[in-house]
Amino acid sequence: MPYLVHSDEDRQAMLAAIGAATLDDLLRDIPSSLRLPHLALPDGLSESEALADVRHLAGRNLMFEDRFTFRGGGVYRRFIPAAVDAVISKPEFYTAYTPYQAEASQGWLQAMFEFQTLIAELTGMEVANSSLYDGATAVAEAAMMAVVHTGRKRVVVAGHLHPEYVEVLRCYGEGRGFEMFHVKHSGGVSGPDDLAGELDQAAAVIFQQPNFLGLVEDAEALCAVAHDAGALAIACVDPISLGLLKPPGAYGADIAVGEGQQLGLAPSFGGPHLGFIATHPELVRRLPGRLVGEAHDEQGRRGFVLTLTAREQHIRREKATSNICTNHALCALAASVYLTYLGSDGLRQIAEVSFRRAHHLAERLQELEGFEPAFPGAPFFNEFPLRVRDLDGVLRRLQDRGILGGLPLGRWYPELADVASFCCTELNDPAAIDALVEALTPAGTRVGA
Amino acid sequence: MTEPLSYEKSRPGLPAPRLPQAGVEAPAPEAALPAGALREHPADLPRLSEPELMRHYSRLSAMNYSISENFYPLGSCTMKYNPVANEQAARLPGFAWLHPYQPEETAQGALELMWRLERALCEIVGVDRVCLQPAAGAHGEWTALRMIQAYHRARGEQRTQVLVPDSAHGTNPASAALTGYQVVEVRSGADGRISLSDLEAKLGPDVAALMLTNPNTLGLFEREILEVAKRVHASGAKLYYDGANLNALMGICRPGDMGFDAVHLNLHKTFTTPHGGGGPGAGPVGVKADLEPFLPRPTVEVDSEGAYRLDFERPQSIGRVRSFYGNFGMLVRAYAYIAAMGGDGLTQASEDAVLAANYVRSRLQGVLDLPHHGPCQHEFVASARNLAPSGVRAVDVAKGLLQRGFYAPTIYFPLIVPEAVMIEPTETESKATLDAFVAALQDIVRQAESDPDALHAQPTNLPVGRLDEVAAARKPVLRWQRPGSGSESASETSSETSS
Repeated sequence: MPYLVHSDEDRQAMLAAIGAATLDDLLRDIPSSLRLPHLALPDGLSESEALADVRHLAGRNLMFEDRFTFRGGGVYRRFIPAAVDAVISKPEFYTAYTPYQAEASQGWLQAMFEFQTLIAELTGMEVANSSLYDGATAVAEAAMMAVVHTGRKRVVVAGHLHPEYVEVLRCYGEGRGFEMFHVKHSGGVSGPDDLAGELDQAAAVIFQQPNFLGLVEDAEALCAVAHDAGALAIACVDPISLGLLKPPGAYGADIAVGEGQQLGLAPSFGGPHLGFIATHPELVRRLPGRLVGEAHDEQGRRGFVLTLTAREQHIRREKATSNICTNHALCALAASVYLTYLGSDGLRQIAEVSFRRAHHLAERLQELEGFEPAFPGAPFFNEFPLRVRDLDGVLRRLQDRGILGGLPLGRWYPELADVASFCCTELNDPAAIDALVEALTPAGTRVGA
Repeated sequence: MTEPLSYEKSRPGLPAPRLPQAGVEAPAPEAALPAGALREHPADLPRLSEPELMRHYSRLSAMNYSISENFYPLGSCTMKYNPVANEQAARLPGFAWLHPYQPEETAQGALELMWRLERALCEIVGVDRVCLQPAAGAHGEWTALRMIQAYHRARGEQRTQVLVPDSAHGTNPASAALTGYQVVEVRSGADGRISLSDLEAKLGPDVAALMLTNPNTLGLFEREILEVAKRVHASGAKLYYDGANLNALMGICRPGDMGFDAVHLNLHKTFTTPHGGGGPGAGPVGVKADLEPFLPRPTVEVDSEGAYRLDFERPQSIGRVRSFYGNFGMLVRAYAYIAAMGGDGLTQASEDAVLAANYVRSRLQGVLDLPHHGPCQHEFVASARNLAPSGVRAVDVAKGLLQRGFYAPTIYFPLIVPEAVMIEPTETESKATLDAFVAALQDIVRQAESDPDALHAQPTNLPVGRLDEVAAARKPVLRWQRPGSGSESASETSSETSS
């Protein structure tokens, strides 16, 4: 039996030590009517058979190459340095438990402390926690912080926040008893005027930067309009974009959250990824989840411990700031290795290469018949929405050539039924961009044709 | 042994690693973006060369305890061996590099895996459907409560309370509060099991659900579970199963058959996905048919031709509880585990887990206090109160185990046992390991009598000794600050204790 350790002799010796004749003696508290005759599952497999089964399933998925993936929508193909996987594959990290016993967990605790510092620096905020599940639940946790902090029960979402994050936020609100109000508008970015009439008694204004379409919002103005109404400003940010774009701390956000998948994590069909959250010192005691702090032992040696645990469920039970217990520590470790591998200059370069290639691709596609910007003149980072004639046909044509084209937006926005957002990262090399454009160029007009 | 922080090792002037150049004609960011949108100062990130980076994290990894090296006796945490084959499975490019917004017809293998895993979990816990979306156990608890809430609301009932036993995991009341419920505690009786009379007194038209785990957190099977279910259902409430303790039950009995309406599972406990230093895990939720309309969307469905699809058209769904379809990488690992073990293997695993817990428990008679009658199921709770005359507490037992090369059990939980020491051996520890663990505890108890001061000073052989958690919480330092950057503490000063 794979992964089991006892011989029958061991089992007999243990039963004898207990003073039980059979295992059923130990199960005697279970009413006999509840005892299951057997599990209706297939018998177990050898390791080779089990892996063959899993490989077969993996093989049924169509793989698009890194360089031919032009689809994002919150999950991006980026290069993952070998060091990242080497570190998170260390069993001393990935098979460790939550570091409640600090003396035996200093490696993990220090790694988390480094992560908190990295996220605080990246977002320009003072403090970050040691991880949440994903970007969507990070938005919901931030909203709940704002609801408790302000005593107000209305959370306003400005424009194009990731539609799945909006759905998650609504689900949390319906349970917790706050209203999520989504200010929709026909423009690509949100203007303060769109929000002005909606902020009475608002606990928070939530916006995404760059937004779900890829467009750069006027974050400073959105924070200002939130503050004018006595609401907190919550910015949901793309961590790679922060290599170039102003961080939330610099434009007045009270809470910065985001999805950290791009920091060294594979797309993995949507998870596990990494939620992060950072804020001001005044809000630190309202933060959800684990926080690591510096501590000292009797000899004055520096160490690290889980701290401010009086916010957490295992201490405060129903009065906790959140119910989160298990978090995404290993994903946070990947992000730390990724950011420390790149350093500030490296992050800036990754951001800039993504930016330039996306702008290049946008120009090339707009030269083609049947492609035009959905929001002309709107600034973007590395993802941009285009109106595409015969969008379905275009995406099919690309797929036939092994290219995953832009993300069609119609399933979330009926008015954008003919719009797709295309993205570029450092993996979409110039030749791959050429191949995409080539595939969409009518045969008669191709260069050299 | 200590290791400086990455920030402390980083030095200015080390260039970025070699990275791709844009290689295309395009405007500079400064030209294409509004001036106010750009970062004025680069983020202050450390930068280590790859050799330094690898050594830094290797050193940190050596300052950890892990299941790969030794035994975690952590009650309620099910720290069992994490099969390495599962790591390979999750890293297969066909899974790892799959984009969640690929067309469904290009992700059939992933959807089929999710479907098969759902069917297997349904069989193991005895429910009709399972939602794989929740990211963790607490997230699954909350998801289940949201569905129960939606169920009552759909029937025009505004029930406001959730009952939680006094022995429950902390996430239970926290999840109930997060769902907007008032938490009402139900007492345990003298035998450590839920008090039927107290339950009866607290059930009523305002109660939406009773949250229960079985075996309970004392490791005892709730013998009257069928009566509990009957009474909960008679009051119109739902019965919710906290799956933290499922490792006792696979192939032996099923929460669904006991009358539970909703069940969460921790794939990172029972189904061997690694704990990752705190996560990621996965917390699927199983439900009986009457809760099915409220499942989060999308669900995975299969048509008569064997084509898999995501179903978003679920009008009564509570919506989404996270982005995409859950922690898919963890689902792959759990699937691989179940495929390898099979029904017979899972049953043997739970039987071995029960055997191991009873074995350790029997060996600890006369060593620690055992406040409840056995047999236990997959775990048990001892008490260190027999050491009180020497001034030795549960925390000293815990630190004494660290000194002796073991991790500590869960201590001071459940709250209803003073000086609780909660031990869950799991099925993947050999008898020799369990014997060595018992010997370490015997040694601690001897030292408690002969030299309690030595015990109070332990651990002395780890990178640091006992850390002052009270001081750390009073003036929290939650991040590194560049020397001379001004702010001395990341948080305001206040008094706070952490336990």
